[in-house]
Amino acid sequence: MSLTSKQIETIAGLARLALKPDEIPVYAESLSRILGMVGQLEKADTGGVEPMAHPLSGQVQRLREDVVASGNERDLYQRNAPQVEAGLYLVPKVIE
Amino acid sequence: MTARTLAQLSAGLAARQYSAAELTSEALARVRSSQPQLNALITVTAESAKAEAAVADERLAAGKAGPLTGIPMIHKDIFCTAGVLTTCGSKMLSNFVSPYDATVVARLKQAGMVMVGKANMDEFAMGSSNETSYFGPVKNPWDPTRVPGGSSGGSAAAVAARLAGLATATDTGGSIRQPAALCGVTGFKPTYGRVSRYGMIAFASSLDQAGVITVTAEDAALTLQAMAGFDPRDSTSVDVPVPDYRATLDAPLAGMKIGILKEFFGEGLSAEVEKPVREALAQLVKLGAVVKEVSLPSLPLSVPTYYVVAPAECSSNLARFDGVRFGHRCENPKDLRDLYDRSRAEGFGAEVKRRIMTGAYVLSAGYYDAYYIKAQKVRAVITDEFRRAFQEVDLLLAPTSPTVAFGIGDKTADPITMYLNDIYTIGANLAGLPALSMPCGFAGGLPVGVQLIGPHFGEAKLLNAAHRYQQATDWHLKAPAGFAEAFA
Repeated sequence: MSLTSKQIETIAGLARLALKPDEIPVYAESLSRILGMVGQLEKADTGGVEPMAHPLSGQVQRLREDVVASGNERDLYQRNAPQVEAGLYLVPKVIE
Repeated sequence: MTARTLAQLSAGLAARQYSAAELTSEALARVRSSQPQLNALITVTAESAKAEAAVADERLAAGKAGPLTGIPMIHKDIFCTAGVLTTCGSKMLSNFVSPYDATVVARLKQAGMVMVGKANMDEFAMGSSNETSYFGPVKNPWDPTRVPGGSSGGSAAAVAARLAGLATATDTGGSIRQPAALCGVTGFKPTYGRVSRYGMIAFASSLDQAGVITVTAEDAALTLQAMAGFDPRDSTSVDVPVPDYRATLDAPLAGMKIGILKEFFGEGLSAEVEKPVREALAQLVKLGAVVKEVSLPSLPLSVPTYYVVAPAECSSNLARFDGVRFGHRCENPKDLRDLYDRSRAEGFGAEVKRRIMTGAYVLSAGYYDAYYIKAQKVRAVITDEFRRAFQEVDLLLAPTSPTVAFGIGDKTADPITMYLNDIYTIGANLAGLPALSMPCGFAGGLPVGVQLIGPHFGEAKLLNAAHRYQQATDWHLKAPAGFAEAFA
């Protein structure tokens, strides 16, 4: 398993990570080695096995009632925001 | 004041031998003086600790105290703490003041414990040596040129150096047990879903489990009692009653069947670690346990399975860090995409980026079935092998880590060498099983840990076996030179 620089650029794009040019070959090498190690899974006999969705058998994802459970804490939550105005999160202009 | 375990401190507080305020100022002094040597904490919360201690002393005076009221403790910096910096060891969250408490934090607060600080850790809990922390590596109190293990390295080093009798921790692939082994303390990871994940910053949600690092198994029982239980705010929290863990600590081990994991006693295990681990087994036999060799043929596939499942979940969980609502934001983004790409590239360290990209790859179109679904199938096979083993034995025994603590910088060059540190611990996470590591001896002056793994919700039996072992041995009471004068 060997990943090319171009593949790393694609993966970094999917992951929304701006890599520096000199980081690309470093990640190409280490990701290739990780995928090589992971390749051992190919030889495992998993015929008829259902993929595991939850570590405890019989557990299902619980859903709660669709009701208001807490008050409006917008001001508290926005204290950690890099940039807000009038209760809105600010980002660079999206539509020209 | 010579008490050292939580159980002893609890008795001392009840008998008015000292106050919560006194214990807290002593813990803060120990934390401060250890920082230059160990770097075990990211944040020291002196002011709020003093206020919490004052409240605890009032509760004690009013006869409204529980067994943990007034005892100082440390939270791993992965747990959200209201009004207190919560960094997860990352530049990404280096300015994040949590608006709320994690359930674990709220429950220990309610029990009256006093938080003196937040423990250093591998960034987003991704690492086995604490070297990926944005705040610098933690040093092992037994030898400051060596790592404390990870990711809960700050928690393990803090308890080993007796800065506090409890540090919370989390375990996704061994992050409680491996550092506990490398620092010579007791580390307990409960069954998946036993302790709430609410407010615990997510790494791999199907594997993450909160637990504790303490000096004794009895203290693990005491603190787990306060932390465990159903939480409607965690959708995978399990609604199973919490038994009284202390009530069964002293039960005799006569007839207890302990399986030794054949796959974990072969190539790769250092002889100096194997010896004390086998001696621990002999001690358990002396206490009445019966030994049976058990084989789980798919267990050697734990590491490759984990390095598909964990990065996949990590890439999804860490997508929330976008530089918009909280966390690091880059300077002068030219558009929204640039804001995302550069904020994330600047905010995450090299190992976190490696795992996010590995996850993005195994989940991408054309590779999802070959990697992710295949790994989830192997995970099912491994889990089933554990299930069958527990039809024959009560507990499984294995080493916790293949070696003692290694040198800072020794394994940073090659990620796979680092990943193999968790070869003995990952299986319990894949299968959601409870497991602990406890000190069982030394090799070259460095602590060695032995691991016990139990069936789902087998916490009481694990704590029972560990407590009986600790009643018969004193490895867990050894403290590193310079830190041996216990707190209080």
